[in-house]
Amino acid sequence: MDVLQALIVICNFVAVPALAYGSQLALGALGVTLVFGVLRFSNFAHGDTMAFGTMVAILATWWLQSLGIGIHPLPTALIALPFSIAVTAVLLLATDRFVYRFYRAQHSPPVIFVAASIGVMLLFHGLVRLIIGPWDQNFADGERFILSAREFKRATGLDEGLAIKTSQGITVLAAIAIVAWLYWFLNRTRTGKAMRAFSDNQELALLSGIKPERVVAICWIIAAGLATVAGVLYGLDKSFKPFTYFQLLLPIFAAAIVGGLGNPLGAIAGGYLVAFSEIAVTYAFKKVFRYLLPEFLEPSGLAQLLSTDYKLAVSFTILVITLLAKPTGLFGEARQ
Amino acid sequence: MRIRDPAMFAFAALLIAAVGFAQSWNVALAILNMCLVSAIVALGVNLQWGYAGLFNFGIVGFVALGGVATVLVSAPPVEDAWRAGGSGLAFAALIGLATFVCAGIAFFKLRRGRVRALGTAAILLIGLFLYRSFFDPAVEAIESIEPARFGFLGGFGLPVLVAWPVGALLAAGAAYLIGKVALGLRTDYLAIATLSIAEIIIAVIKNEDWLTRGVKNVIGLPRPVPYEIDLQNSDEFVSAANSIGLDAATASSLFVKISYGGLFLVVLLALYALSQLALNSPWGRMMRAIRDDENAAEALGKDVSGRHLQVFVIGSAICGLAGAMMTTLEGQLTPGQYNPLRFTFLAWVMVIVGGAGSNRGAILGGILVWFFWIEVEYIGAILADSLTFWLGEGSALRMHVMESVAYMRLPTMGLILLLMLRFYPRGLIPEK
Repeated sequence: MDVLQALIVICNFVAVPALAYGSQLALGALGVTLVFGVLRFSNFAHGDTMAFGTMVAILATWWLQSLGIGIHPLPTALIALPFSIAVTAVLLLATDRFVYRFYRAQHSPPVIFVAASIGVMLLFHGLVRLIIGPWDQNFADGERFILSAREFKRATGLDEGLAIKTSQGITVLAAIAIVAWLYWFLNRTRTGKAMRAFSDNQELALLSGIKPERVVAICWIIAAGLATVAGVLYGLDKSFKPFTYFQLLLPIFAAAIVGGLGNPLGAIAGGYLVAFSEIAVTYAFKKVFRYLLPEFLEPSGLAQLLSTDYKLAVSFTILVITLLAKPTGLFGEARQ
Repeated sequence: MRIRDPAMFAFAALLIAAVGFAQSWNVALAILNMCLVSAIVALGVNLQWGYAGLFNFGIVGFVALGGVATVLVSAPPVEDAWRAGGSGLAFAALIGLATFVCAGIAFFKLRRGRVRALGTAAILLIGLFLYRSFFDPAVEAIESIEPARFGFLGGFGLPVLVAWPVGALLAAGAAYLIGKVALGLRTDYLAIATLSIAEIIIAVIKNEDWLTRGVKNVIGLPRPVPYEIDLQNSDEFVSAANSIGLDAATASSLFVKISYGGLFLVVLLALYALSQLALNSPWGRMMRAIRDDENAAEALGKDVSGRHLQVFVIGSAICGLAGAMMTTLEGQLTPGQYNPLRFTFLAWVMVIVGGAGSNRGAILGGILVWFFWIEVEYIGAILADSLTFWLGEGSALRMHVMESVAYMRLPTMGLILLLMLRFYPRGLIPEK
């Protein structure tokens, strides 16, 4: 019985939150990895692209709420998604047209692309602050829980509760749906195959008649979609704050690199790996040990390896270990 | 030297003078002082990026370490805190050291395999628990000593100018450790690694209250220059101020700012001279050769990774020095202000605007970018006011535009960076 209690504590405080957070990171890392695969640079503006997409979704949500439109048990932001993806895609395509295309034509080294993406990052970050302000915004509405701790306790008769937030449920389902669609798109459709071919070998792809500008445009549109969905889901789960989204860049990059930059499956695995380690390392396991260990062995402290203030250290450690031990990532080669 | 270069510096001086006339000389001098510090940071970044082509996105971390050094050197020691927790901390440090030594011995002496992996992990884990059992109570004891005023160990109570070289050394030490681990990575990986190390350094400074008081800030650090109030009480100073037609209050604050400015100028000129000498020496030529073609330089027998580490350490030390100077200027350590957008990426904009690889360019970039960073708000307010006056006082749109001006800085910097990269990729004062 005590083992079961301990298991539920772990589920409630580690597994469920990490599954949701991991899905958000995986979606973000997919965007980074896709841009790297097609355009060959690390896009530092991705975190702020997420912030931009989420901001558009929040504004649309407020407008819909003022009209009284909603889909009650689910958050209103979900109906705002298609619109915000479209706006973000337009923004990214415009950025590509006015910033990156020039350097592509010049065959500039990746360093220049990274520097340009820093400029784009500052621009987007500033734009978001300009429009919606630097503060926290909470835009989750609808039913808060799929399964609340009280219901769970009543149904099972256990002392420990297990709560699943609506946002967590939506996140995991959305991640599964998007990954499945992306897998189908990349492996089964003509455009997807063209993208992979372009990513594998640009010259060969050009020779076989693939239009590079079309591949790049589709890549940005998908990146916009992934960034917006990841951002909105993260915002629903926690809250929206421009600076937090900028900081998300680090775990997202860690996830993408652990899996191997340019490798979509790796990005997903990396997302969950980073999320689970981050939450497991910063969780205080005192309660779990209280159920598992005999009384005299009980830890006196919180049994927490690292305070939550240092959670960035976890993604950093994972990043450095990967880069030093297996620079190509866990899942095959990231091409130089 | 091209004729345009001094002209651009004159233009920068003119901008600052314009602030003096339009706003006030106090504001102008405050901007000038930060311009000088920014120019020093830009020199450091230029050393790494312009000379050696290294991506360092951890600048804010090194600047913050300089700030910490200022506290550790110049703050008066809190003796009660030392008595309460000093021995505990020392024990914890010994245990930490012993753990690493044991783990190292186990790792290098045992044969590769499961025994080694598990043994090393076990040593580290046991060491961590032992360490925490001394460290946590010591920290608690220190932080409970007059938490409203102290709650930290304090510093050594030395003159604050000592903190400047110490800040540089502290940053250099950190850079050495970081560089050892991360410099082998290729460019954008290095950028990401340094970006996250800086975030960790900032997290430590914000959360380890026993060392830096964290977000409670350390205020009232000693100054290398006189206090305004002492100047105002000195008859000599007051009569001198009156004789040039200034009242004592204005004159004293101008005097303090000018003294800081003089100190900063000396440091900046010395660093500039050293950087110029280095750039034109055989060492400088070797660095540029490595930057332009690592493989060729290596084939010619140059120690590429050694030189990279060297220039990474020196550049970071300069950032640490600038950080110590900044904290000295402010007279307090406010860890909450260390934001990568404001320090790291702004420094990059400075170097790219000025011209990577050119020291004069870095200085000019530092001055101009800092100037606009501060003045965008003022210029933006005037612009917004004159563009929206026809909307009428109560208009909601006008109110929103006027409020948004406060957030104009970042997009302006992003735009400047993109425009420079596109149209002047070699910067205002290009490398020769």
